[in-house]
Amino acid sequence: MEHKVIIEATGLSKCFGEREVLRAENITLCAGNIIGVMGPSGAGKSTLLRILSLLDPPTSGVLSFFGQPLPASPSERLVMRRRLTMVMQKPVLFDASVFDNIAFGLKARRLPAGEISRRVEESLEKIGLTAQRRQKAKTLSGGEAQRVALARAMVLEPEILFLDEPTANLDPANVELLEGLLRSLNRELGTTVVIVTHNLFQARRLAGDILFLCQGSLVEAGPTEEIFKRPLDLRTRAFVEGRMIY
Amino acid sequence: MLEAIANAVRLLATFDPELFRIIWLSLFVSGSAVVLAALCGVPLGTWLGLKPVPSVRAITIIIYTLMGLPPVVAGLVIYMLLSRRGMLGPLNLLFTVEAMIIVQTLLAIPIIVGLTAIAVRSKGREIRDTVLVLGADHRLLVWTLIREARYGILGAVITGFGRVIAEVGAVMMVGGNIEGHTRVLTTAIVLETRKGNFALAMALGIILLLLAFIINSGLYRLQAGGTDGT
Repeated sequence: MEHKVIIEATGLSKCFGEREVLRAENITLCAGNIIGVMGPSGAGKSTLLRILSLLDPPTSGVLSFFGQPLPASPSERLVMRRRLTMVMQKPVLFDASVFDNIAFGLKARRLPAGEISRRVEESLEKIGLTAQRRQKAKTLSGGEAQRVALARAMVLEPEILFLDEPTANLDPANVELLEGLLRSLNRELGTTVVIVTHNLFQARRLAGDILFLCQGSLVEAGPTEEIFKRPLDLRTRAFVEGRMIY
Repeated sequence: MLEAIANAVRLLATFDPELFRIIWLSLFVSGSAVVLAALCGVPLGTWLGLKPVPSVRAITIIIYTLMGLPPVVAGLVIYMLLSRRGMLGPLNLLFTVEAMIIVQTLLAIPIIVGLTAIAVRSKGREIRDTVLVLGADHRLLVWTLIREARYGILGAVITGFGRVIAEVGAVMMVGGNIEGHTRVLTTAIVLETRKGNFALAMALGIILLLLAFIINSGLYRLQAGGTDGT
């Protein structure tokens, strides 16, 4: 099936002072895919994700989303930002109830109260936290908090969902639950999922395509099985064979 | 000391109208000043807390310096502005309650700005990122940051109130300690000490401390209510 390009980045770089932490000549992400971003620590994965999720501007390079260049006006950029969202490695929950945390983005979009309630209740059911809807979010366990953070993003039904190592601190049961939710989001709504992961098994389980970064450079990109079975670059090979320490 | 405490209780028990007028004026002046300072200081502190540190380094250093502004210096500046030949002389505000509120507001603003900026900055980046990726506009971002940092901001207001309720030099200069008009607890303590009425001065001191204790207890309960169990 032919997928249309949803994000295109050309000549992307990010510098902090004199230090260049990311360089990627060409990144093309297709709609409806699950894309794994892999690489050892310090490879620039989180930096790339922050740029693609419009949290940080690149130092140089051209970005386009949904076939359009990045708008200059804040209001148009807000419209574009609302088509994508992100889940951080360490979930940041607001000092409010579980329900209000999940409803946050829907309220920001000024949806009718009835629709907000319906969508939040559905999300609560999916993450198995219906009974905790009135509980203060900050009293949840790590796994529950990450589930709430994921529900808060998924309830927005984004076209692109970025995740920065969302399962890094979770037990296997929560990992399985989150992966299931991501798969169903991708399958049912066609959401493009871009997930940074250290976990080779997870990348292989989830992702259809892989971006491999090393020392701030995009080294290789391609279908997951190609990357794992026939990597073109020696660094990619070392990484997927577990010979590169990460 | 015991005599002072007994004096304080006796003063309160007699419902001396002058004493209660002084207490009321102290609370009115400091309360008004803190409210005004919070109205200016919280948005300014939030703005400062949201900016990257290098871009606001100079402003931050100035604010931190002004947090320790000696009250007599603030009093002198306001005195010069409000005196007959000063820029604001035609307003005839010198030796009025309004002048006392102005000078105390000036003292409280840097404290509230500085501590609010610290509270916002401590939560800033992670909350900012989360709020932005959830599709919030700038107004919702600022509102959420203030809400999330509210206990820190309340701490800033408590500290600002503590600073101005106990302050004497500035209100003395611009208020003049006029009996029945601009006399507050701190200036009354100075006056009674100068007159040699140490017991009465001490009693007034105890009343001032008691007031500060009651108000801060209330604010602390508000603050702790939000942070306990989270």
